[in-house]
Amino acid sequence: MRDLTGRVSGELPERRARLHAAPASVRRRWRRSLQQRVTVTTVLLCGVVVIVIGLILLTQIRDQILKVKRTAAIAQSINGLQYAESQLAAVDAINGDDVRTTLDRTRQQLAERGGPAGRFDVVMFVGVGDDAIPIARLNSLALSVPPELRAEVQGGVQSYQLATVDFGDGGSGKALLVGSPIPSSIDDFELYYLFPLDQEETSLALIQGTVLLSGIALVLLVGGIGATVARLVVRPVRDAARTAERLASGRLEDRMRVRGEDDLAVLATSFNDMAASLQLQIRQLEQLSRLQQRFTSDVSHELRTPLTTVRMAADVLYASREDFPPAVARSTELLQAEVNRFEALLNDLLEISRYDAGAAVLEAEPTDLRALVDRVCAATHSVAARQGSELVVAVGGPVVMAEADPRRVERIVRNLIVNAVEHGEGLPVEIAVAGDGHAAAITVRDHGIGLKPGEAAQVFSRFWRADPSRSKGLGGTGLGLSISLEDARLHGGWLQAWGEPGHGAQFRLTLPIRSGAELTHSPLPLSPQPRLPATTAGERA
Amino acid sequence: MKGRVLVVDDDPALAEMLGIVLRGEGFEPSFVADGLRAVTAFRDVRPDLVLLDLMLPGANGIDVCRTIRAESLVPIVMLTAKSDTIDIVLGLESGADDYVVKPFKPKELIARVRAQLRRGESEQAENLSIGDLDIDVLGHQVTRDGEPIALTPLEFDLLVALGRKPQQVFTREALLEQVWGYRHAADTRLVNVHVQRLRSKVELDPENPTVVLTVRGVGYRAGSQ
Repeated sequence: MRDLTGRVSGELPERRARLHAAPASVRRRWRRSLQQRVTVTTVLLCGVVVIVIGLILLTQIRDQILKVKRTAAIAQSINGLQYAESQLAAVDAINGDDVRTTLDRTRQQLAERGGPAGRFDVVMFVGVGDDAIPIARLNSLALSVPPELRAEVQGGVQSYQLATVDFGDGGSGKALLVGSPIPSSIDDFELYYLFPLDQEETSLALIQGTVLLSGIALVLLVGGIGATVARLVVRPVRDAARTAERLASGRLEDRMRVRGEDDLAVLATSFNDMAASLQLQIRQLEQLSRLQQRFTSDVSHELRTPLTTVRMAADVLYASREDFPPAVARSTELLQAEVNRFEALLNDLLEISRYDAGAAVLEAEPTDLRALVDRVCAATHSVAARQGSELVVAVGGPVVMAEADPRRVERIVRNLIVNAVEHGEGLPVEIAVAGDGHAAAITVRDHGIGLKPGEAAQVFSRFWRADPSRSKGLGGTGLGLSISLEDARLHGGWLQAWGEPGHGAQFRLTLPIRSGAELTHSPLPLSPQPRLPATTAGERA
Repeated sequence: MKGRVLVVDDDPALAEMLGIVLRGEGFEPSFVADGLRAVTAFRDVRPDLVLLDLMLPGANGIDVCRTIRAESLVPIVMLTAKSDTIDIVLGLESGADDYVVKPFKPKELIARVRAQLRRGESEQAENLSIGDLDIDVLGHQVTRDGEPIALTPLEFDLLVALGRKPQQVFTREALLEQVWGYRHAADTRLVNVHVQRLRSKVELDPENPTVVLTVRGVGYRAGSQ
């Protein structure tokens, strides 16, 4: 899991950097808490939706407010224009002072007239271009009229624009300016209405604030709802996980609490049904296993007692075979040999059935594997000598201690050596022991006929024989390697075979140094190094 | 040599065969076929050794073993059809000195019987001490502060073997050879169980032994004096 994460983020250095920047506890909580993930995701999604909706809403409201203001402003401006036009029409003279006076009065009157568009100021211009004379309450007002607007009005078009206006007394702000040319034969006149937008701005600010506050409230509310809902859903899931863990740890009676009739109750019910069914099956299997063990034990006793009598009788006969006629003497020998084989077969069958019944128990204790190998070699030496094989133990290296069941490991090594001798064609059988901090290995190598491709896996099958036509020279039961494999597995170890036709075979037993530890490697290679006859001779034990 | 052997076995064929083999080796066998009468027969015969089948009708072989051990230190060799650890350990813990797993060779059985009967023969006068124990080898006596402690011949031999070489750490295999007479290492559970039994008799606190010490990963040695 950790490894996988590492690999994935390895491909995304940026993401990895960011992940590493976040505190480990937050990352772990994010990974492990569904509730938190649901809540945060809900809040983020809801936040995006609220922002989009808020922006659209605010834009609409703003446009609408401005539109209303504009309509009113234009109406008032047209109204004022008609008044100014009538006033100027009354002034016939070319006298400048007269015009000036009329304009001042008109501006004042216009400014005093109320209208639907609220508070406003009026500015007028006389003349063209830069020489135009402004007529206004304040000079700053006239200066606030943007040149583009004036250019359009001087072109003879009524027009409007938003601009920042200095209303004097430091009161400067956004305003809607509506300008129109006053038709007159005397001179060029321009009339501008300035409507400050401060009220609208205030309203907008208020609306913005409201939208923002309700947005935040909504996000928090949805987050809270998300958290609550997730909690409602997650709690039974966590319950289920806890119950599953307890079931897995062997407390088969544990069940989930069922409340109500909703989906979660269905989950709990189904879970409990599953647990009950598992419990039943496990009970049945246990029962079966007990029966099998019982049967094995009974068969063992029932078969062994008569076999003991037969065995002793055969031995008594065998001891005095020299007094018998040749045919009876030979029969006695055959009887003796076959009783031995029968006994070996019975023992192996019982051992295998003990494994099949799950009744095999590991009794691990600190074991010196090198001494163990020496012991087995001493015990199997005579068997090897009868076949003309020599047992060569590679010496050197430190003592190899492992937590192992010495009886089982001895049996494995004995089986491997007897197997190697049996297939070794009278050539030396090499045995090596090695260990490191985590694992210990024993290899048994022969130089016999070897294994054909695919046979390395088959050698551990029950009653499998490399070559059916070969004589059963040492009277092996055909179960030795199967039992050895089970013995190795019981230790959490490996038993593997390598072989090449004509180059012999090698078997490797790998055991963890500490009982129960998981194996990751073996201190010895499975396939042997190229043969160096001189070296092996020198390593003779 | 002492030669009375009580065979407790319910299988008539095996019992008869055991009789043939034992007589052939110069022993005097007597037989009892069920567990209930085994203890009575034991008191009547006063054998030098008991061959006890663990699976008996009437009474459990383990119970018979316990009863005999409670009233006598005579060597007991179990005949068992089970090689499962739990059965063997149970048998040894209930007082048996050694065991033979069926099917066994006659020679193997005779060797076991002889090894048990040979105990206590031809000992030299010798006094040993382990921890706060005093051992009179010839007199087969173990005492703590003058108080005698009753040990079976096997337990006595085990203690003597450790006490004779107090500096040496004995592997289980070495003890098997020296005390039980196994040439090739057989079953080290024998040693484990008997060391426990010995400790339960000679140690003041069997949880923290001072007489028979465990050397982890190797074996046992005698406690310092």
